[in-house]
Amino acid sequence: MLILRPHDIRPSDITDEALFWNRRQFLGAAAGALAAAAVSPVPFGSRLPAPGSGDDELTPYEDVTTYNNFYEFGLDKTDPSRNAHTLRTRPWTVSIEGEVHKPQTIAIDDIVRRYAAAERVYRLRCVEGWSMVIPWLGFELHRLLADAEPTSHARFVAFTTLHDPVQMPGQKSGVLDWPYVEGLRLDEALHPLTILATGLYGKPLPNQNGAPLRLVVPWKYGFKSIKSIVRIRLTREQPPTTWNVAAANEYGFYSNVNPDVDHPRWSQKRERRIGELLRRPTLPFNGYGEQVAQLYTGMDLRRHY
Amino acid sequence: MTGRGEGEGGRADRRWAGRIAQAAVVAAALVPAALIVADLLRDNLGANPIEEITHRTGDWTIRLLLGALAVTPVRRLTGWNGIIRFRRTIGLLAFTYASLHFLTWVVLDQGLFLQGDALGYVLEDVAKRPYITVGFTAFVLLVPLAVTSTRGWVRRLGRRWTSLHRVVYVAAALGSLHYLWLVKGEQLTPVWYALVLVVLLSVRLRPPLTASVRRISPPRRVPLPGSAPPAATPVAAPPPP
Repeated sequence: MLILRPHDIRPSDITDEALFWNRRQFLGAAAGALAAAAVSPVPFGSRLPAPGSGDDELTPYEDVTTYNNFYEFGLDKTDPSRNAHTLRTRPWTVSIEGEVHKPQTIAIDDIVRRYAAAERVYRLRCVEGWSMVIPWLGFELHRLLADAEPTSHARFVAFTTLHDPVQMPGQKSGVLDWPYVEGLRLDEALHPLTILATGLYGKPLPNQNGAPLRLVVPWKYGFKSIKSIVRIRLTREQPPTTWNVAAANEYGFYSNVNPDVDHPRWSQKRERRIGELLRRPTLPFNGYGEQVAQLYTGMDLRRHY
Repeated sequence: MTGRGEGEGGRADRRWAGRIAQAAVVAAALVPAALIVADLLRDNLGANPIEEITHRTGDWTIRLLLGALAVTPVRRLTGWNGIIRFRRTIGLLAFTYASLHFLTWVVLDQGLFLQGDALGYVLEDVAKRPYITVGFTAFVLLVPLAVTSTRGWVRRLGRRWTSLHRVVYVAAALGSLHYLWLVKGEQLTPVWYALVLVVLLSVRLRPPLTASVRRISPPRRVPLPGSAPPAATPVAAPPPP
């Protein structure tokens, strides 16, 4: 259910109920139970448009799952798909803590059961200048947060990736400070476009894409969408974020996609959509300005990059 | 074969052996380029082929450049003077990869000749992005060295040829800086290349090596084309590690 229905999300973009339930079966609960065989297969191969732009084609599954930045498994784009098999995603728990009335530790299977996933086709814009269009399976983060009942002091949400150099051999290197941490302002985290993803292309998340649970914030550069989350902490103060700690002049806390604010070392005006030869213009807020620009009213986005 | 008292046939044999060795070096160094083409044709360059081509051609540029700069130190350490004849070949191969790297960036990555506004982006990048500025400068500096690599130019320029070709130290330092400045996070690969470069440049700083070299081979007063005198100070400041 989308609370917000801007005009550029056409009815055809919204997953219809039959597919919605179908996915739920796929992911979860009664999956084995039933009728799965009787239900017609979801047309995962079909080209679903992304909201905000009519001509976006899905990036092939092969590319989405073999071209990844996940330094916990190596620095080359192909390293995560080769190396992430060492990650054990069951058992897996996520702790929700900090400024909440009901702190809790939830097993991933309970998360999948409790928060039925729907398909969301989002553009993903990497800070490096490339982009993809990915059909995620996920649910709005605000649902999870609401169940933990944030206190009135909660102003930010801090996320933490698993820290285990045995499972994540890249954490033995000093390329970044481990574990990977990210953060959002609470209103960003509650925005209906912000989802926690448990799958893509109708399948459970491959490890290299951040299994078993990752954040997806489509109007921010990809590194904000933290992978393999084990902790979600509500805080009073703005939490540290990994790339900001590594290079504060290059990666701000907000990191909204913005063609008018260059990375100090390269232009952000254009991007290469994976699978395309020519670069295309990068859109403010990655094309989701209609939905999210009001979060930043009155803010100087050059200063708060 | 000592080379003493050999006839015309022996000299011709050696010439042929030299040519075959040169051809082998060229062939070996072109294998990475052939692999790029093969992978391109088989659609085996991954999700972002242009980035992959850019990275591979860049990697081989710096490797071959370091290879060319290693010739003189290896010669001094081992006393194997014959190695010097490969230096120009390796240098030109480095320039070949630098050209491929540059063309990949300008045409495939930025879209020059393919997209109307590409030139503006290229010029903006060269002017505004330090890692591109130094990379571009390194490439530009290599052009005159490649042009003047022929025997004719060596003869025409005489002693100035040696001075001119010391520019390769600057080009290599800028190329190394280009790599150091473009990566995200604390990545080690460009640091290793920079360290190798620092070693290769600093051995040129120290004359004491000449003593041992003299024992192995008598000093040659006639400088070989391009061989920097051991006492020469490199033009390039070594990049920060």
